[in-house]
Amino acid sequence: MLEYALKGSGRYWGWLAFLLILIGIGFITYLKQFHVGLGITGMSRDVSWGLYIGQFTFLVGVAASAVTVVLPYYLHNYKKYGRIAVIGEFLAIPSVLMCMLFIFVDLGQPMRVLNVLLHPTPNSVMFYDMIVLSGYLILNLLCGWVILGVERKGSPPPKWIKPFLYLAICWAPSIHIVTAFLYQGLPGRHYWLTAIMAAKFLSSAFASGPSLLVLLCLIIRKFTNFDPGKEAIQTLAKTAAYFLIATILFYLFEVFTAFYSNIPGHKAPIIYLFSGLEGFTKLTPVMKICATLVAIGAIILVTPPLRKWEVTLSIGAFATFISMWLEKGISLVVGGFIPNPFERVFEYWPTLPEALIALGVWSIGFFILTILYKIATTVKENVVFDKYGEKQIKT
Amino acid sequence: MSDMDRRKFLKIAGISALLGMGSWSLFEVVTKEHLEAFVEKYKTPPEAMHAKRWAIVIDLKKLDEKIMHDCIEACNRIHNVPQISNPKEEIKWIWKETFEHAFPGMEHQYMPEEIKEMPVLVLCNHCDSPPCVRVCPTKATFKRKDGIVMMDMHRCIGCRFCMAACPFGARSFNWRDPRPFIKEENKEYPTRMRGVVEKCTLCCERLEVGLPPACVEVSNGAIMYGDLADPNSEIRKLLATRYSIRRKAELGTNPCVYYLL
Repeated sequence: MLEYALKGSGRYWGWLAFLLILIGIGFITYLKQFHVGLGITGMSRDVSWGLYIGQFTFLVGVAASAVTVVLPYYLHNYKKYGRIAVIGEFLAIPSVLMCMLFIFVDLGQPMRVLNVLLHPTPNSVMFYDMIVLSGYLILNLLCGWVILGVERKGSPPPKWIKPFLYLAICWAPSIHIVTAFLYQGLPGRHYWLTAIMAAKFLSSAFASGPSLLVLLCLIIRKFTNFDPGKEAIQTLAKTAAYFLIATILFYLFEVFTAFYSNIPGHKAPIIYLFSGLEGFTKLTPVMKICATLVAIGAIILVTPPLRKWEVTLSIGAFATFISMWLEKGISLVVGGFIPNPFERVFEYWPTLPEALIALGVWSIGFFILTILYKIATTVKENVVFDKYGEKQIKT
Repeated sequence: MSDMDRRKFLKIAGISALLGMGSWSLFEVVTKEHLEAFVEKYKTPPEAMHAKRWAIVIDLKKLDEKIMHDCIEACNRIHNVPQISNPKEEIKWIWKETFEHAFPGMEHQYMPEEIKEMPVLVLCNHCDSPPCVRVCPTKATFKRKDGIVMMDMHRCIGCRFCMAACPFGARSFNWRDPRPFIKEENKEYPTRMRGVVEKCTLCCERLEVGLPPACVEVSNGAIMYGDLADPNSEIRKLLATRYSIRRKAELGTNPCVYYLL
């Protein structure tokens, strides 16, 4: 099926070329970081993780969110997802690859990365994260490729793939739970030390992932002949709506616990994020934008007419995705480090090289995603009818 | 045998002997002597100091500006700790912090300013249950049998998970090559490269040759060290008779640096 990626319109090649340029810029900047060290980033002795680890955390969620499509389809036989199951699985692949790349670019000694395999350490959560991420990558590659392959041939899926499909469904939440455990088991980081972290991770992932899938489905429908189906898109939006509400609630639970208990250490990071601490306010605009976008996303996705009209739907999905990205991709990581163990505030803001490297990694992700989606949509365009005999191309 | 023959014979014999010696060293058998020499080379010297659980006791009453300065100086000099002025990239093994920041939560508004602002020395606590060791994915940081929390800077991949896990801010990362920032290199101790984490090692390299930790040596009695597991040790006697506190003991890491008030 790979040959489908080699034939495409001028727009397709133009988009890939554009991504390649961004990848090139990111790579050159990374060479500088490789040579000089992580000193070219905004990270410091006090805020020792930043944009990179934030992106990793956020993207694990996006990868895990494939389950929001795969589960209703394979476990509940929700037919409307028949067409887009592979779209969800194929989103997970570049997401996991980006996660791995973000870990890699964050390492101080990247050439020693194999030490993690050479000296396996089961008491470190990182060890399990490595296992679940690589396992998830393989499962999605396998399931997505096999299911798409049989669709192309018009044959039913082989029996042996079923256990893998079910395994992938169970596996998806585990990658994000383990990622939450990286944070929530650390003593002395009040913002992270909360049992609801894993739950909040899953809920925000299942809000941001389906939102992104809504946007991707709309884009696919605009630029290809494949139609993911109006109802499928609506169901994705409903999933995002429920989980966005859950995320808002979980966050409010945190705020309640911190402020009703009135424990200074628990309150400090939240105060820092929303109104600044000791005059340091670098992240308050981020949180204000985040809160506004959450409100916009929630209103649109929850209100039926606004959700159904695809113009407002795309705004709502976009707002949800960006707000979750700001929360998990930036503020969650930085908030854990402020104030520092000495109750002093040292702020963080990513530098230009850091942002360019992050953009480069994102571009690699989108490059792979584009190729995978090109293959998937071409297969679907050629097959014309979906598994249930309905036309899956635009008429 | 003619002269000619003798010369020829000697030549050949000499060459064969040389070749023979060469091949002997190539296929050398490990003998008892070799093993003994090896053991001798890596044996702990007899003057090495041992403990079941090393600990540090800092007498805040005896600390003054000069002593603190000397301790920090000695540590930095001996361990090639770079002097980086940019606070973002600072490397610190032992340093000064005010009382209210070293012991957050212990200060109150009616406390005299001198106490709140009183500088104290802070360093790695060599916790008995170290979170940094728990999270390290490569065992680059580990707890030794004698309680010292050590770093293997050759194994560290620079993921900085240990820095997120340490509740004491005791760990520093080499954000760039530290070597240009070392004032005067001590050739006896290794320097570090960029991209690895480092921290106080309780001068394990000095304990091994029977010397006290550098800060203890120059502290004029303000910093003491000893075996916490030995009820007759000097530090146990101090802890039994004087009031002492530890940083963030409530987190359960069991820090082994005690502060006498």
